[in-house]
Amino acid sequence: MFNLARIRGGIHPAGHKDRSAALPIGTLALPPRLYLPLLQHAGAENLPLVKVGDRVLKGQLLASSPSELSAPLHAPSSGRIVEVGPIPAPHPSGLRVNGLVIECDGEERWIDLDVPADPFAVAPLILAERVAQAGIVGLGGAIFPAAVKLKQGTRHEIKTVLVNGSECEPYLSTDDRLMRERAEAIVDGARLIQHILRAYSIVIAIEDNKPEALAAMRAASEPFGAIEVVAVPARYPMGSAKQLIQEITGREVPAGGRSTAVGVLVHNVGTVYAIQQALRHGRPLISRVVTVAGSCVTSPRNLETLIGTPAQALFDACGGLAREPRQLMLGGPMMGVQLPSAGVPLIKGATGLLALAAHELPQREAAPCIRCARCVDACPMGLTPLQMAAHARVDDFDGASDYGLSDCILCGCCAYVCPSHIPLVQYFQYAMGQQDERRNAARKNDYIKQLSEARAARLAAEEAARKAAKAAKAQQRKPARPVGEASGAAPILESIPEPVAERISESVQP
Amino acid sequence: MTPDQPACGPFAHDRSTVNRLMLHVCLALLPASLFGLYLFGWPAINLWLLTCASALASEAVCLHLLGQPLRRLLDGSALLTGWLLALSLPPWAPWWIGVGGSVFAIGIGKQLYGGIGQNLFNPAMLARVALLIAFPLQMTSWALPHPLGAAGTPDFLDGLRITFAGAAPLDGMSGATALGNLKTQLTLQQSASDILASDFRLLPSLLGYSGGSLGETSALLLLLGGLWLLALRIVHWEIPLAMLLAVLLPAALAQQIDPLRYPGALYHLSSGGLLLGALFIATDPVTSPVSRVGRLIFGGGCGLLVYLIRTWGNFPEAVAFAVLFMNALSPLIDRTCRPRAYGRNPRGKPLVAASWTRRAKEVDKV
Repeated sequence: MFNLARIRGGIHPAGHKDRSAALPIGTLALPPRLYLPLLQHAGAENLPLVKVGDRVLKGQLLASSPSELSAPLHAPSSGRIVEVGPIPAPHPSGLRVNGLVIECDGEERWIDLDVPADPFAVAPLILAERVAQAGIVGLGGAIFPAAVKLKQGTRHEIKTVLVNGSECEPYLSTDDRLMRERAEAIVDGARLIQHILRAYSIVIAIEDNKPEALAAMRAASEPFGAIEVVAVPARYPMGSAKQLIQEITGREVPAGGRSTAVGVLVHNVGTVYAIQQALRHGRPLISRVVTVAGSCVTSPRNLETLIGTPAQALFDACGGLAREPRQLMLGGPMMGVQLPSAGVPLIKGATGLLALAAHELPQREAAPCIRCARCVDACPMGLTPLQMAAHARVDDFDGASDYGLSDCILCGCCAYVCPSHIPLVQYFQYAMGQQDERRNAARKNDYIKQLSEARAARLAAEEAARKAAKAAKAQQRKPARPVGEASGAAPILESIPEPVAERISESVQP
Repeated sequence: MTPDQPACGPFAHDRSTVNRLMLHVCLALLPASLFGLYLFGWPAINLWLLTCASALASEAVCLHLLGQPLRRLLDGSALLTGWLLALSLPPWAPWWIGVGGSVFAIGIGKQLYGGIGQNLFNPAMLARVALLIAFPLQMTSWALPHPLGAAGTPDFLDGLRITFAGAAPLDGMSGATALGNLKTQLTLQQSASDILASDFRLLPSLLGYSGGSLGETSALLLLLGGLWLLALRIVHWEIPLAMLLAVLLPAALAQQIDPLRYPGALYHLSSGGLLLGALFIATDPVTSPVSRVGRLIFGGGCGLLVYLIRTWGNFPEAVAFAVLFMNALSPLIDRTCRPRAYGRNPRGKPLVAASWTRRAKEVDKV
């Protein structure tokens, strides 16, 4: 019998992982300058807490935001702040964003770290707050603040902590290497998360194309109970939280809901490792493992990279570029973004840095849709991408929503299989952006309407009050005059024209 | 970097293209077509070449008139339309049937609707039905098989004469199809089993050694090509399966009830254009629904209509009518039958979270 719990759709793109996964995680020489965008997470932008000329120590808090939905920023190395302002950003537009620039002094002097004795003896919410202070975000690419997820999780009954080691994007092998080399720390981190959430069990899900990682994680979790290491079939987008939850638990996250609705909390292995580092050693998130790959890279590998390192430094550490790349990318080829140049810094969410040659990229001449329904077969969310695109193309965003735009996870499976090479994800991104804009505009209009109504009401009230005051004054001045006469006369006078006007209009009509 | 290149992923592709899909379908048609050409000789070869060539020519003219890139000619869709039309014509039809049909199929059936991907009806079937209604005589003169090289077969010159000069085939060279014969004989108050016993042979019918359209005679070769397409996942299995079942089940049932009036399932399967229609025509992606349930309904509807028209309708063959009718319903089917989205029930409402997850958990107050 077929298993109904299995995820639908999905694709099997070529992995290209072998070369980078074969080498151990390498280290990178300290770059002369680190470029730190203030917004490296989903949420509110950080405000800088330092100014130009300040000396900072490694791990020192540089910027934070009062908003709960944010992640503070720490100094990846010791040095001097040389710039606070617009810096190059890893975004296809090539626009600059607000950020800080540190000139490294090469001393790598750490700030005094507050290392807790035994995190398992600490209350869950205090631990979650420590994670928040460490500036940890989802390192699988979603960059959602990890602590927000943990704090939400403490309010729900969580059955399973799901550690996501599936890493389904082609080229990337950071999680693979991390699990092979730092399995104990990841298991420890998973147990800490379990402690925070009071979860019943831990499931570590790894795609079956990573046998070494599976073996390492199995060995590391051996001494502990309630940890299950599960091999899941290698299929993109297995690493998407919704699909992984369905694969592991057989449940679907309700549309518009969170994973907590099915009693699961998903964290990427990289995030789990960062949480372990923060809770065991007090280290904030100042570095991450990045895969440098693509056929233009001389020797692809994984590198432990300080946040803010320019992309060029990573290519140099991998023996440079063998030939001129056609395209630079941050993240995997399926959901990653194009980079304008190798001068942009790597951010917390950078899973990979790719230098792709022309033959690795799709030829992009879009032809008309022939309704072959391959996108429908490939969609892991059970949507009809061809209809969504057809509606989005003519700016019918409500129609696109009707066909499931709001459920779309932008995984790109549809565009991957489209024989007509239609840029479906582009249409969806566009439609979602337009819808956001419309929603914002509507909200703004509502707000303006509220304000103007409130103003009108206030003015009317003031007018009424003034009139009342006037009337009161007048009454005080001429107390002898009877009130009924003055107030009674006006209505009579006013009521006269109405019937007259009516009579006139009647006589005009034939 | 070209400015029209999307800045948005995915930057990976499975390297499939529309023309590869179309060429695969043509390749799958090749065995049955070659066999048909061998069986019906030079007139059929002339007709097939003419129909395909005029389909390509009409496509080129239309693309030019509409100001679209001529590159689109290479996507193979026009060739496939011409090819399918040729396979559905009587093999010894005069040249103007093939050319007129192609022009109608491409010009009116496809390009008037907006070109590839926009047509509501299967262009080849639209043309075939138009020809059948306009020229019933030419469209129902079925040549009997005259394999190339056999005695009494028209040679190359005879072939040209039949195709271009309208030379009538000699008596004894043509005959009715099995379906047509059954229909005529049934009106003469004969029982179905008698007619079939004298007239219908299962094995030649399966192998294709019988009268009929150019490409519909060899059930086995069509099945071979169709299975290859199914294995490559170029066509979905739902339409052929539903369509064949919707013909075979009622046929088998009716035969059980009254064997004197109704022929059996194997007769229906092996005669006429059922297999060609189920595997190659109804599965045309442009004109069929996109969801699995939709395709099942579409295929089932086609099959049922084929059976109904064949059994009680005026025409002996019904595949083209059935496919066109269901083509017209495709948009409606697409609107109503959508796949169930993740996290939603079949009606599109979000699933309800389990009640225990909403229960607040006792957390240490900090």
